[in-house]
Amino acid sequence: MRVPSVLADADVVARRNITKIKRVPDLLVFTTLQPIMFVLLFSYVFGGAIGSALGSGSGAGEAYREFLMAGIFAQTVIFGATITGSALAEDVKKGIIDRFRSLPMAPSAVLAGRTLSDVVNNVIVLVVMSLTGLAVGWRIRSGFVDAVIGYVVLLAFAYAVSWIMAWVGMLVRSPEVFNNASFIVIFPLTFIAITFVPLDTLPAPLQRFAEWNPVSSVTQAAREQFGNVIPGTPEPAAWPLQNPVLYTLLWAVVILAVFIPLANLQYRRSTSR
Amino acid sequence: MTDAITASGLVKRYGDVVALAGVDLSVPSGTVLGLLGPNGAGKTTVVRILSTLLRPDRGSATVAGVDVLADPREVRRRIGLSGQYAAVDEYLTGFENLQMIGRLYHLGRPRARERARELLAAFRLEDAADRPARTYSGGMRRRLDLAGALVANPPVLFLDEPTTGLDPRSRIEMWEVIQNLVKAGTTLLLTTQYLEEADVLADTIVVIDHGRVIARGTADELKAQVGGERLEVTVSDGDRLADAVDVLAPVAAGEASTEPHRRAMTLPVVGGASALVDALRRLDAAGIEVDDVGLRRPTLDDVFLTLTGRPAEDADDQEVA
Ligand SMILES: Nc1ncnc2c1ncn2[C@@H]1O[C@H](COP(=O)(O)OP(=O)(O)O)[C@@H](O)[C@H]1O
Ligand SMILES: [Mg+2]
Repeated sequence: MRVPSVLADADVVARRNITKIKRVPDLLVFTTLQPIMFVLLFSYVFGGAIGSALGSGSGAGEAYREFLMAGIFAQTVIFGATITGSALAEDVKKGIIDRFRSLPMAPSAVLAGRTLSDVVNNVIVLVVMSLTGLAVGWRIRSGFVDAVIGYVVLLAFAYAVSWIMAWVGMLVRSPEVFNNASFIVIFPLTFIAITFVPLDTLPAPLQRFAEWNPVSSVTQAAREQFGNVIPGTPEPAAWPLQNPVLYTLLWAVVILAVFIPLANLQYRRSTSR
Repeated sequence: MTDAITASGLVKRYGDVVALAGVDLSVPSGTVLGLLGPNGAGKTTVVRILSTLLRPDRGSATVAGVDVLADPREVRRRIGLSGQYAAVDEYLTGFENLQMIGRLYHLGRPRARERARELLAAFRLEDAADRPARTYSGGMRRRLDLAGALVANPPVLFLDEPTTGLDPRSRIEMWEVIQNLVKAGTTLLLTTQYLEEADVLADTIVVIDHGRVIARGTADELKAQVGGERLEVTVSDGDRLADAVDVLAPVAAGEASTEPHRRAMTLPVVGGASALVDALRRLDAAGIEVDDVGLRRPTLDDVFLTLTGRPAEDADDQEVA
């Protein structure tokens, strides 16, 4: 298959998905409403308790909000990536994938287009989240380039995760099953990490897990790149958290290397019902 | 005449379920094959294999002269498929649905738009063209889905149960649409659960059951096997049943059978409604009162009963069991 034709087909598919975002804005509203709710709940409910653990005395709430935002960003883009799976499950179920598969288009274009439009979705969500963060007092305290790298790492990791979701979505073929299953896996993954609490507040065995959990590293990467590391926090002991950008991107590369072929194989096999 | 579709020895298993147990087909160019069978017979599986969505475990097939297994991509260029459930994108408008398909057939942007407009007009969807397909009725969705299959003017078309779930009016409309397509020379493989539909649309009918071909022939040949149309008459006075048989002898196309305890008789006829009217006149003239009279066309059930000795529903029950 010629590359330009794959891209052209992927573009057609991506546009179709983006049209859906425009036609059913509820979807986008709810994917952003949940994290906004998290920002508010966490920062005002836990802000005091965890903030003082962060050791900033009077400004405990603000310090925690600053700390929290990177974690919320990470959780949000990972949940954003699940849209890939539920949308594909829905397309398989409704026979849209059968239709695509009966056309002389590039087979890889459907998944490429899908994952691409979900990046667009995540960009929109990140913008909304950043504005929410600014409203509650979060600030980017690093330079422009650092911040851009932070956003790119978040999006790159989410992009890789969306290929896992693509594979699972086409395997289960039911958006409802997919949503429940992905929630059960992703929720603990994003909590047993340094997303919402500092590492040393976790029980020891969970600390080990959290140190190597890529959700921690992507959070740490964003936290550092946005200049949101609370002054005086000790240097992380684990290698992944010392090199969060590198570690996160390694994960992304490995996930892509495994799941792009798997998802494409599943696409070629999948039929409705 | 060359064959636009050939299949030989198609076998497909899903675990223990044998969906196809060796199916052979050939469809001459420009003709319509009706694949008739009850739920679970294997119709969709045949369509999926021929339209490259599914690989058979065994067997081979060609479509428009291209080997389905060796060159699926080339087959896809030459076919249109409308699956069992309308695969339209609910969030896109009718126009956007067709334009997207046109672009994926690589018609180029201007041609894809133009073709979308043409098809929307041809399928009487112009007024709904810019509404999301979510707002369409079942019949409109079906028509849009069929339009999608026609975007590239494919020489070979697969329609999987194109009228299942439609109300009678939409069904007749769909038949007209399909008949027009066939006039234009498209080769069509159509699946259906209705003998009547196959009768109206198909040149040749292949009956399948449990993944096997159990009969093939024209609609007339099949009907001849199952006995064609029958007139069923219930007389008011059981004593006059024998008279009724005599009176109706000129209308009958064969031997009449009677069930005296039900005061009922059944006789094969030809000519449908006109035979019915004729029969009523004759009974009236002879002063024979009737409680009930009806014309019964053979159904898939009759075909099944004759061919397999059991009703078509059995096939269904066994799938569920
Ligand atoms: N993906 C599948 N997995 C398992 N069994 C299947 C699958 N698809 C079809 N079957 C089975 O294969 C048989 C034929 O199915 P199908 O071709 O859909 O029949 P039809 O279209 O005539 O109703 C049925 O028994 C059905 O249950
Ligand atoms: Mg079917």
